[in-house]
Amino acid sequence: MAEKAIMYDATKCTACRGCQVACKQWNELEGETTTNWGSYENPKDLSTQTWLKMEFREVGNNGDLRWLFTRRSCMHCTDAACVKVCPTGALFYHPLGFVSYDKGKCSGCGYCKEFCPYNVPRLNTNRGSGLGRMDKCTACTSFGLDRIDNGYTPACVKTCPTGALIYGDRSDLLAKGQARVQQIIAQGYKNAYLYGDKEVGGTHVLYVLEDSPSVYGVVENPKVPGAAIAWQDVIKPLGYVAVGLVGIGLLLNVMVARARMINGKGEK
Amino acid sequence: MTNHWNDIQNSDYILVIAGNPAENHPAAYGHITAAVDKGAKLIVVDPRFTRSAAKAHIYCPIRSGTDVAFIGGIVKYIISDIEANPGNYNMTYITEYTNASYLVNPNYKGAPDLDGLFSGYNAEKRSYDRSAATSSWTYQLDENGVPKRDKTLQDPNCVFQILKEHYARYTPEMVNTVSGAPKEKFLEVAKTFAESGAAGKSGTLMYAMGATQHTNGSQIIRTYAIMQLLLANIGVAGGGIQAMRGESNVQGSTDMALLSHLLPGYLLVPQHNDETLQKYIDRATPKSSDPLSLNWWKNTDKYMVSLLKAWWGDAATKDNDFGFHYSPKVHAGTNYTHIALFEAMEKGDIKGLMCWGQNPAVGSPNANQTRNALANLDWLVCVDLWETETSIFWKRPGADPTGINTEVFLLPAVGSFEKEGSVTNSGRWMQWRYKCADSPGDAKADLDIMNELMAKIRDLYLKDGAAPNRDAIVNLTWYYGTHADPRQVAKEVNGYYLTGDKQGKQVISFASLMNDGSTASGNWLYCGSYVEPADEPTAPIPGNRASRRNLDDSPYNIQLYSKWAWCWPVNRRIIYNRASVDLNGEPFDKEHPVIWWKNAAWTGDVPDGGGKPMAEGGHLPFIMRSTGLAQLFGGVVGPRETSLADGPLPEHYEPWESPLAANPMSGTMNDPVIKIWRPLEQSLPDKYPIAATTYRVVEHWQAGQMTRNLPWLVEAMPNMFVELSEELAAEKGIANADEVIIENKRGSIKAVALVTKRFKPFQMNGKTVHQIGMTWHWGYAGLSTGDSANILTPSVGDPNTTIPEYKAFLCNIRKA
Repeated sequence: MAEKAIMYDATKCTACRGCQVACKQWNELEGETTTNWGSYENPKDLSTQTWLKMEFREVGNNGDLRWLFTRRSCMHCTDAACVKVCPTGALFYHPLGFVSYDKGKCSGCGYCKEFCPYNVPRLNTNRGSGLGRMDKCTACTSFGLDRIDNGYTPACVKTCPTGALIYGDRSDLLAKGQARVQQIIAQGYKNAYLYGDKEVGGTHVLYVLEDSPSVYGVVENPKVPGAAIAWQDVIKPLGYVAVGLVGIGLLLNVMVARARMINGKGEK
Repeated sequence: MTNHWNDIQNSDYILVIAGNPAENHPAAYGHITAAVDKGAKLIVVDPRFTRSAAKAHIYCPIRSGTDVAFIGGIVKYIISDIEANPGNYNMTYITEYTNASYLVNPNYKGAPDLDGLFSGYNAEKRSYDRSAATSSWTYQLDENGVPKRDKTLQDPNCVFQILKEHYARYTPEMVNTVSGAPKEKFLEVAKTFAESGAAGKSGTLMYAMGATQHTNGSQIIRTYAIMQLLLANIGVAGGGIQAMRGESNVQGSTDMALLSHLLPGYLLVPQHNDETLQKYIDRATPKSSDPLSLNWWKNTDKYMVSLLKAWWGDAATKDNDFGFHYSPKVHAGTNYTHIALFEAMEKGDIKGLMCWGQNPAVGSPNANQTRNALANLDWLVCVDLWETETSIFWKRPGADPTGINTEVFLLPAVGSFEKEGSVTNSGRWMQWRYKCADSPGDAKADLDIMNELMAKIRDLYLKDGAAPNRDAIVNLTWYYGTHADPRQVAKEVNGYYLTGDKQGKQVISFASLMNDGSTASGNWLYCGSYVEPADEPTAPIPGNRASRRNLDDSPYNIQLYSKWAWCWPVNRRIIYNRASVDLNGEPFDKEHPVIWWKNAAWTGDVPDGGGKPMAEGGHLPFIMRSTGLAQLFGGVVGPRETSLADGPLPEHYEPWESPLAANPMSGTMNDPVIKIWRPLEQSLPDKYPIAATTYRVVEHWQAGQMTRNLPWLVEAMPNMFVELSEELAAEKGIANADEVIIENKRGSIKAVALVTKRFKPFQMNGKTVHQIGMTWHWGYAGLSTGDSANILTPSVGDPNTTIPEYKAFLCNIRKA
């Protein structure tokens, strides 16, 4: 089965936020209580009820002012830290390449949130109780609300009026994206960039950007944390054989705390 | 729109001014994206760097209300360039299809001579002489009564020379002094868009309420037209002037007589001194002595009589002027537009109001006045999907319900997906849509509400033999039964034969309409939309052309899609298309031919007026003008064509509330004939130095009743907010997200401050002017509440339309 992807062309996006609302509508997510914080952006952050949000950035000033728009949601990595660290197998790779999950298997440990290089997954309760459940974009592959399996494109793509979001075979989109970037470079944007070709093994959400990813607030050179790799490739196999779950939990907690210190993320 | 949304994809240059399509026309914006993909240059001119500006190749700021100065500057640039490089422009178009060559009455004097005024001004009455007999805004006529022309464009009295002199004052320096547009940026816009005047190039101008909602709104649109005519951009693919309609069926409702001075199909409304039908027809029908002019409005009598027959059927006879006297007549000289109605309500002259899908407590200018005026009504009926600010005006914050005696009814309406019918989009496409969901509770379709209401009213009239104008009610053609079928109504709007072999059959075109009572049509412009099934057998609803969904784009593949839905008039997708070909009928742009004379027949779009090319004796291209030519100079011609109230050429005047002490262009500060209801409520720059404007955001809809009740949209844009520059915020000690108070002589409101780089102080030849902008979606009803921007907007209107000046007023701002 050919891998699929969503491509977001920021140069064609008008930030109408139809995608943000369509995501909520299709996935039956609640409208959150928000207040205007001096921005067009709301909600302020991703949550279990907000899987996709648009970000607005004013870059430059006066004659060279630009107003840049960015999609913020799961990138659906090939080399996904969240899948690696998930102790219960709730998170998994969908045959089309997307990162999906079985909410019934989620223990609410929150490791996925901690290890995600894009800080995307969210929990609906504190993980101390162990009763939480994580949520994030599934590229509309959620069980019972699966658009893809029913022959539709993801809700965000379907609603996009300008063609800024398209869906298709990842290889086709990569070719289209490269061609588009060349076109933009020819128009004078020398830093134009196709994001997601190589990052974290290649993502299944690609960005066409007219400037460097950092200008858009997109993580440059994202890395799957070493602890996640260790968990996936060394400890997890061992765990089933020799190491008690308690011990792993303790170890991971140390790793998580350390990762938090290094990343300086703290609690959101 | 002269053209239509899909046609934008044919444009080489797109000038968006006074509109923000990325924000307010988000789905249709895809056509602009597609055009840009094909290489079109996008220019956005706006006081604020908008979501549309974010996508533009060139963005130029201008202060609100200075469009005439800005576009006038481009007109000056084009005229100079035409004289220097005529080869870069379409001189055939300018000399043959516009009135550039007309000789104007030598007594005419314009703004350059009269310090901003035109000849014929009566200061006492605040009006101009527009009588065809005495006005100086007329043309020199030859012995046959046809305007004289100088096709060399050199005669000092010819329109081209007058235009040149008029706009000579609109230099880049003056444009900057008035509008604050940086000189270099203005010149970049002028030079770029003027390139669309070249052969084979086209440029479109897209505007919305940022143009019309000014005290000189009509003249702003005229300036656009003058510029587009000099660039030969009207009638061609990728050209034209596009009024972007802010609601899915604004065009349709306007076609069906939404405006108080019109009947369906833009026929003039009867007035009190039209003692006979003939007198009305004489007043409403333009005359032409030019054998080359088709003067389409000469058919006014046919359209009017057919309308009267549609309304009153057998009761409309030749002997009773076809029921003309059943028709309500306005009193000539009385204003029936929005502000005037609410002023009359406040005075107690209007006792009842049916408020249908409208929310004036939020949407009216001077909204506090509006809310107070509603309390003077005996009764108020609101028809809407939700409770609105208007329907609960009596219990609004600060009101004392015990002192308000208005009886208020709220009738639940159904949503657009819960009923069948047609909508007519900005591009004049009438598109049929089907009911796809049942409505909740007692909600009813507008048509059903109207039908049941009329049935009850008619019963009352039938019982009361002495009821005033009883015959008009009891004789009205009204046979819809208990549930009105929208298809039946649409067929009636199209029209049908009343006599002869075809009696009862649908007419296929307005060419079939007669003035003898043998045809009926609810709107002549919609003739051909709903024909006999045999005349359109393959449509999903046979006969209903609005239901067509055929994607054939033959023969020229220029996005006409002539078999998709139906378009007025007579399915003509680009109006004035006779101006897209030369005198021999050959397209000026052979890559995008709209029509083409081939083998003695027209191919492509439905040509304006039929006939042959001009070189073979055909008529002049602009068939809706009695002169047959497009008007660079909007002179007084005769019936129906009496020029605009404020001059034959657009001249810059300051908004009624201006941050400037004087008009830099002339000694005439404001448009001299504007209608001012409350002169004492003028906010002056000494106390209120900040220019302000209002606008919408993509997340909310108009007065908010449709969107402030939807949690996802409230989440996305939760509060009333005001945008201001970092410079003004620093001056006023305001931080981003602070609560602020915005106030002027009409009131005071609170909002969240959004401090942004996207507003910049205007530097106008050394003078700094701050402008702020705010959304007007909020009110005190619904899930998300907030103050209404329209508490601050003035009760002052354009002299031609009395549309309120929502887009330019003064205020001050401070931290709450």
